[in-house]
Amino acid sequence: MFLSEVMNQSGTFFYLVPWAVFFPVLGLLFNMAFGRRIGERGVAVVAVTASGLSFVVSVLMWLSLRVQPAGATVPFLSWMTVVNVSWAFRVDTLAVTMMLVVSGVGTLIHLYAVGYMHYDVRYKGDPGRYARFFVFLNLFIASMMILVTGDSYLMLFVGWEGVGLCSYLLISFWFEYDTKGNLSLANALAGKKAFIANRIGDFGFMTAMFYMFAVFGTLNFEQVFAEAPGVAQSHPQAILIITLLLLLGVTGKSAQIPLYVWLPDAMAGPTPVSALIHAATMVTAGVYLIARSHVLYDLVPTAQHAVALVGALTALFAATIAVAQNDIKKVLAYSTISQLGFMVAAVGVGAYVAAMFHLIAHAFFKALLFLAAGSVIIAMERAHHPLPEEGGHEGHHSDDPPDFDPQDMRFMGGLRKVIPVTFWTYLIAGLTLAGIPPLAAFFSKDEIIADTRAAFPLVYWLLVAAAFLTAFYIGRQIFLVFFGKPRSHAAAHAKESPWTMTSVLVALAALSVAGGLLNWPHPYLAEWLGHTFGEVESGGLNPLVAGTSATIAVISLLLAWWLYGKRPLESAAQPDPLQRPLGWLFTAMQARWWVDELYAAVIIGPEVALARLAAAFDVWFIDTAVNDTAWLTDFVGRKIAGWQTGFVRNYALSVFVGVLLIFTYLLWR
Amino acid sequence: MVPTNYLLALSAVLFIIGVAGVLVRRNALVIYMAIELMLNAANLAFVAFAAEFGAVDGQIAVFFVMTVAAAEVAVGLAILVTIFRTRQSIDIDALHRLKG
Amino acid sequence: MSVDLLVLLVLALIAVGAALGMLFSRNVVYAVLFLVLVMLTLAVLYLILGAPFLALAQVTVYAGAIMVLFLFAVMILGPQKLTETGGPIGWQRPLAFGLTALFLAEVVYAFAAKVGGLGALNCANAGFGSPAAIGHLLFNRYLLPFEVTSVLLLVAAVGAVVLTREE
Repeated sequence: MFLSEVMNQSGTFFYLVPWAVFFPVLGLLFNMAFGRRIGERGVAVVAVTASGLSFVVSVLMWLSLRVQPAGATVPFLSWMTVVNVSWAFRVDTLAVTMMLVVSGVGTLIHLYAVGYMHYDVRYKGDPGRYARFFVFLNLFIASMMILVTGDSYLMLFVGWEGVGLCSYLLISFWFEYDTKGNLSLANALAGKKAFIANRIGDFGFMTAMFYMFAVFGTLNFEQVFAEAPGVAQSHPQAILIITLLLLLGVTGKSAQIPLYVWLPDAMAGPTPVSALIHAATMVTAGVYLIARSHVLYDLVPTAQHAVALVGALTALFAATIAVAQNDIKKVLAYSTISQLGFMVAAVGVGAYVAAMFHLIAHAFFKALLFLAAGSVIIAMERAHHPLPEEGGHEGHHSDDPPDFDPQDMRFMGGLRKVIPVTFWTYLIAGLTLAGIPPLAAFFSKDEIIADTRAAFPLVYWLLVAAAFLTAFYIGRQIFLVFFGKPRSHAAAHAKESPWTMTSVLVALAALSVAGGLLNWPHPYLAEWLGHTFGEVESGGLNPLVAGTSATIAVISLLLAWWLYGKRPLESAAQPDPLQRPLGWLFTAMQARWWVDELYAAVIIGPEVALARLAAAFDVWFIDTAVNDTAWLTDFVGRKIAGWQTGFVRNYALSVFVGVLLIFTYLLWR
Repeated sequence: MVPTNYLLALSAVLFIIGVAGVLVRRNALVIYMAIELMLNAANLAFVAFAAEFGAVDGQIAVFFVMTVAAAEVAVGLAILVTIFRTRQSIDIDALHRLKG
Repeated sequence: MSVDLLVLLVLALIAVGAALGMLFSRNVVYAVLFLVLVMLTLAVLYLILGAPFLALAQVTVYAGAIMVLFLFAVMILGPQKLTETGGPIGWQRPLAFGLTALFLAEVVYAFAAKVGGLGALNCANAGFGSPAAIGHLLFNRYLLPFEVTSVLLLVAAVGAVVLTREE
């Protein structure tokens, strides 16, 4: 049988782990070289297969770990011998959990993107760019695999940077346009913002690595964790500094306060990008980092408190913003930030299993939410501006108002009747997010809240408030989008998306429903991760906490129904029902608490001014210096060239002068 | 007897007059003759030293200098004549095409 | 003052005077003749300094052949009216005079103050500088240069003919 042939003597497949990286790399190289020639179909097949094979390898790793739960390290190549750094793959339960999520959800999203991008490239008018998208997606999978399978902080960082790059490439995929399709710098600026915010986080990460290397002498996980207790004695502040710097990196990559500002802007990228990178996988890299470094964090409770607080505050803060947004993807973006806050708070109190549980569940339902939102947007677009192959013609824009935005929820309404599959999957995902039992997030979010209640009461209350708002905003969104009467021509005529998209939605919905089984009633996940984390007690199900959070969620949804479902909005121009009661509070929430503006004034403004000053100095001083040097050289050269008069007697005189000088010198010696 | 210094001084003076001739005159032939004067001055120095140290080798050197001077004059004058056959002028300042 | 010194002084004066005459004369033929005078003076000096062979060689080869060659050249090129001063590089003449005067001053200083330890001439022994003595050295120790020089003369002769050939 094929599997037994591939298995090595101990019955494990660990040695195959590099292929988790190589399959996507091969896929992207092939698509780069031959993408144009094999057409959309060929590109799709290659990309999806590459990602799928990566998933197969991840499954093989899972099987291997069942045989040998302690995990294995597969050395690959030696990189910098001077500092004793090499590339080896660390396969343990934590890594494989991430691998399965990344490649599994990633492959589903690849499949979804096949259909989605087919329409998107045509709406933007550049069908040739199809292949490039899948090259970037495969590159993302490869980088993320490097990130989670690295055996040292350095390899993790390589993957970290790689996914940061892919994030930039994919957000700015339509770099000439903005989200509405006009020629603009908006998408390019969004990508730049993502990269720079991440860079600030990377600075924290790198400084942590430098300091770690200085103190520990190594970046390898096993060696660092073994030496950590000793270092905690000899250099008391060292680990605190390292963990806080790593936290800075996490706030960048996992979009926490203060570096979260890039994620809402990153919605400028195509929806599959938002789903994969910003919901399911890349942003969870920060959570993974802290989970991986749990040995270090356990040694410094101060840092743990910092992490938990950052997470909880972000959760609540982002939830307030999500309540007031009108763009369907922006709501989900802030929701992601908020849910990541939950996860970060969980690792901050030491509840690593709860955090990973929520990470997996979140991957399912958030990806589903984004993909379903993408389906909604495409449906609106197709009704607003049908493609030639669907009976539309150039310039046909139906009867929608001129400021129509396919992503604005105020133009939607009543969509449950016209796009049912999308509606039902969206509903399941939304209820999961709200934390309604027995869907997956009920168990995972509940476990986080239970764990924080015991460890850090302030964080507990912040998270409860955030959970209340979470249910509210998702309820608001569902009622605005799918219920009531259509508020635009496009909403009335929307059509369901093709099978490549809807099948993925259904699959993810099934996972959202069944996801809870991972840790309840039997704590499979806790046992599984216990092999890496050591003894972990899983919070189990505290009936009091569980009941409370379920009740809060239900109340919140009812509130949303009362405001948005009972008397639905009649038209797009009508103000939000919350505007009057909350007044300035609502305005602030809708304006995202003016954080971007604050950054622009306080940080970007001076920085740009400084850059302009430097540029002026460069032109005035340095350019002048260089130009003048060149002019001087030319001038002196010309003058010296005057020596060559062409007259023999002058040359003879020059010779004689030389003789005279030598004679004089010899005379005076 | 005569101190060698005086002879060397004479040789030096003749040499300097020769140098001045090369630098100052415009007639190519006269410049050439000044060069010959310089060679003669050097010959005088050789002979003076030969006389002082009692070594005939100095005179051998003069012999060779004379021979080489003869050869040089033959060829040099041939060149001069050829050049100035085309130019009809022996002004050495007329040759300044190799300007820098 | 000894007789030798007096004779040397007179000869020196004649030589320098003739050299200056060559330097400053407008007429090329006069310049040639002045140079001939210099050479004859030097020949006499060689005689006094115990180099009779060289003295006669000077007269026959230098004054007799080389200067005659110069005269031939002068005759070929014809009379030339050349203004020595002015021209495209008028500044050359004064500058050159200045620098040579400086050089002369330095040389005088060198001989007066620096050069010391040179003894007097002694060429009393007979046979010094005679053809036999020169020949003895020429064909023993300096045989190779001698042969090379003869080749050089051959080359010069051929060269002179080639250069002046009318095509």
